[in-house]
Amino acid sequence: MLAKRIIPCLDVSDGRTVKGVNFVGLRDAGDPVELAAQYAAEGADELVFLDITATVEKRQTVTALALRVGRVLDIPFTIGGGIGSVGDAASVLQAGADKVAVNSAAVARPELVSELAEAFGSQAIVVSVDAKGHADGWTVATHGGRTDTGFDALAWIAEVQDRGAGEILLTSMDADGTQAGFDRPLLEAVRPLCCVPLIASGGAGTIAHFAEVLAADLADAALAASLFHYGTLCIPDLKAALAAQAIPIRPC
Amino acid sequence: MIALIDYGAGNTRSVVNALDRLSVDWTLSADPAVLNSADKLILPGVGAAGSAMHALREAGLVDVLRATEQPLLGVCLGLQLLYERSEEDDTECLGLLPGVVRRFPDGGVPIPHMGWNTLRLIGETSLLDAGMDDAHAYFVHSYAAPMGPETRATCTYAGVTFSAVVQHGRVVATQFHPEKSAALGAAVLRNFVTA
Repeated sequence: MLAKRIIPCLDVSDGRTVKGVNFVGLRDAGDPVELAAQYAAEGADELVFLDITATVEKRQTVTALALRVGRVLDIPFTIGGGIGSVGDAASVLQAGADKVAVNSAAVARPELVSELAEAFGSQAIVVSVDAKGHADGWTVATHGGRTDTGFDALAWIAEVQDRGAGEILLTSMDADGTQAGFDRPLLEAVRPLCCVPLIASGGAGTIAHFAEVLAADLADAALAASLFHYGTLCIPDLKAALAAQAIPIRPC
Repeated sequence: MIALIDYGAGNTRSVVNALDRLSVDWTLSADPAVLNSADKLILPGVGAAGSAMHALREAGLVDVLRATEQPLLGVCLGLQLLYERSEEDDTECLGLLPGVVRRFPDGGVPIPHMGWNTLRLIGETSLLDAGMDDAHAYFVHSYAAPMGPETRATCTYAGVTFSAVVQHGRVVATQFHPEKSAALGAAVLRNFVTA
């Protein structure tokens, strides 16, 4: 049976993780490669690296990251952040990443999704959608939530699938950072129109939050960052608890 | 020496990384002389069947691969290319295994089949250990190979039970990605290299 995936997300800038970590025994907690290996050893099913480097050498730093991670990691990983062209994606995928995630660049130029799917296949293209709730639905936010595009999020998710997106990484800007639970109304609205795998992101704070959305099959995978980085929750405990509730997971 | 067939497959780097982690010597080549002199061959594969067969044809490797006699491991799309045809782009493939690779039915569960799914062992193969029955391997694909006498392990998704591991003479292949399947994947690659 296909397992629900648990995905830690690492923010990386200039080749260093930027959020605090409290793993015991890491020689260098800021090294994304060592951190990634630790997560893999703990039973993470997949990793997402979000490169937030803000320099013109971005493509080189992100490619270097993919090369280093790929040598060590024996589970799939996605790299996002600043992928704006087929050339950007090619350098990251050829370096060993399994998937690229696009967000703001796709909103600015939706043809990018089609071009990436054509060049690399849908399976390698994750479209990251930051959704912000309103009284009458959700709109797409970009640039880390600072910009509300006003686009309807559900229509956007339908469009990127038509353009060849192979997976949707759906982050609730309302739930993100609250640790009060995933955004269930958003997931319930998106899931029926999603014919590719869906990753739930934003709001995870407890094991019960993961269990709630995964048991209800509102997502194929659940992503979290701070919760794992700060040691609030460790993956073996999370997976054991989900398995005890008969949610299909890959044992650690 | 293990030779990886160089035709631009998307997961080539990942397979190379996995072999490096096992300290296995490898070479990446599209030269028939190099491929014919290798002890074993690996046909990686990510992408679409049509463009992959086109790339193999352009490189002059279709007849070379059909005629090689060494053990050959196909990975993911590399498994699908071993069959006679694929529905993807209505492509004629290598024809080393009988049957047609078909798309998962749309309209139900998400496509592609992406993630860790369980293997069901149904026959003897040098690639798998008995302990891998019901273990998870990492899959990413929208098309799947039929069941046949060559099927050694199955997997089920979207109501379809398909070939996850096949073996027919010198040809072995996995629909999942051993290079991304953690300890299980490493063991599969080690089994291929040492068998």
